[in-house]
Amino acid sequence: MELLYAMTTGVLTACGLYLMLRGRTFPVVVGLTLLSYAVNLFLFSMGGLTTDGPAIVSEENGYADPLPQALVLTAIVIGFAMTAFVVILAMRARSEVGNDHVDGKKEDRE
Amino acid sequence: MMQHLIVFPVVLPLVAGILLLYQRQGLVRYKRAVSVVATVLLLFVTIALLRQADSGEITYYALGDWQAPFGIVLVLDRLSALMLLVTAVLAIGAVVFACAGDDEKGSNFHGLFQWQLLGINGAFLTGDLFNLFVFFEVLLLASYALLLHGGGKARIQASVHYVVLNLAGSSLFLIAVGILYGATGTLNMADMAIRVAELPEERDGLVTAGALMLLVVFGLKAAILPLYFWLPKAYASAPAPVAALFAIMTKVGIYAILRVYSLIFGESAGGLEALEHPWVWWLSLATLAAAGVGVMAARDLRLLVAYLVLVSVGTLLAGIGMRTPQAVSALLYYLIHTTLITGGLFLLAEMIGLQRGKAGTRLVKGRPMVQGAALAMLFFIGAIAVAGVPPFSGAFGKALMLNAAEGNQRLWLWPLLLLSSLASLVALSRAGSTLFWRSHRGNTSGTALPRRQWFGVVWLLSAAPLLVALAGPVSSYTQATADQLANPQVLIRTLLPDAGDAQ
Repeated sequence: MELLYAMTTGVLTACGLYLMLRGRTFPVVVGLTLLSYAVNLFLFSMGGLTTDGPAIVSEENGYADPLPQALVLTAIVIGFAMTAFVVILAMRARSEVGNDHVDGKKEDRE
Repeated sequence: MMQHLIVFPVVLPLVAGILLLYQRQGLVRYKRAVSVVATVLLLFVTIALLRQADSGEITYYALGDWQAPFGIVLVLDRLSALMLLVTAVLAIGAVVFACAGDDEKGSNFHGLFQWQLLGINGAFLTGDLFNLFVFFEVLLLASYALLLHGGGKARIQASVHYVVLNLAGSSLFLIAVGILYGATGTLNMADMAIRVAELPEERDGLVTAGALMLLVVFGLKAAILPLYFWLPKAYASAPAPVAALFAIMTKVGIYAILRVYSLIFGESAGGLEALEHPWVWWLSLATLAAAGVGVMAARDLRLLVAYLVLVSVGTLLAGIGMRTPQAVSALLYYLIHTTLITGGLFLLAEMIGLQRGKAGTRLVKGRPMVQGAALAMLFFIGAIAVAGVPPFSGAFGKALMLNAAEGNQRLWLWPLLLLSSLASLVALSRAGSTLFWRSHRGNTSGTALPRRQWFGVVWLLSAAPLLVALAGPVSSYTQATADQLANPQVLIRTLLPDAGDAQ
């Protein structure tokens, strides 16, 4: 399971980074979204992966670390709000500057 | 009451911000009153906190009475008290300046301003790595909206870069925090310092990776060389009071570097001690060089001041890179000076631009100014303070920095720091003579500037003579701060009194 998990996180990060380096705002926004998914998954795994563990400390051996879950929740909320903000910002930039290049250039420099 | 004082710098702007949300537009007088009163109260609170911290005792506030390392704590030591006071002083100048009319160019200026203060104060107080992330986000969210205040093409373009870069930075911050939590099992910085000291060797690599990723994030906020390209455009296009408040934002990054690496990766960290050192030292010198070139190349007064912020970032980082208490003390003195003076210069640039009509702040021939003489005086004081010419605080701060360099460090720091000061001096005198002396013939036209703007600028620029007059007490305070930072054990023992028993 660890291998699959690591690969998923890695592929998401790589796709997110690639898209973020593109020249138009839409791929950049999608890239940021993918990157925040990857980060959430990564945070989730930082206390170690357990399956079927109770969420709170129990007498039995082994329980899921509750802290990463709290952190992921925070990160999801912040990430969600920021995605909404960045979409609106990109749309305003598109309407004010007249094109959707991140540098506001007229010519297509993809 | 007194023990709750530590949480006030966070709660006060929060409550003020909520009160200011009452209506999006209108109620101008009510909003200005609430905002100014809240900021002045904040100043008094921070003065009280500074006196409390000056005794040398480290105090903390455990939210909900959950003790460290499990609960969230706000820690007050000399360094955080000093940073809080500088923020409050800067904020008063900026908010009074904004009350002259800048706040009505968009909606919700004062509410966002207060929340930005909330984020900055929180970042200075928190003793917890994840909380540092949260407060960074709070201050960034407010800054995104403030940067866009008033709208316009240049601001939107600068915002796109600023927002995207900082979002990427936030993701990196989370990854770094995740790695450090995975390797050490804690998020409290004091607890992490203990755990890093007893780290099994096979986890060294993980912690190094996490720590250096944190350096990238803090470097992005502080605008170190390969990560500073967002700064000049964003600062030059931000509304003046916002740009003035942003003068403290790069210092939040500097503060975070200073805090995290002196506390967690101090002497007790064994093989991981000072792992950031080569990066910080060499990049600070490179930043200084690049900023010097930028200062010379700027063709706009606001852009020039933005590059002066970069010069100060390079100088401050060099102080961290030297890693001696003496250098830290010098850098803290310089930090107070540079934050207030560059903030004041951003405000002054706006006033000069308003009086020059169409020419604005561009360094070209423009129409003569109505209040040219008074503005020129202020510009002169600000310019020689920031360039580091006696008798003002810049000269004192830079002399302390130069004096703190030892041996081989002098070879690098002295020429670069002096050359960047020379570049600032040349660029500022060129700017001043163009702005004030090379104007078109003809009558002066335009209206006098509002008194609130004068107050904001004079309030901030008066730091230049005051810091010299009070150099004795200020530098003894910064010296004590540096000594406190050099002994993180005291902080660790205050927060975790039974740390010894647990192991």
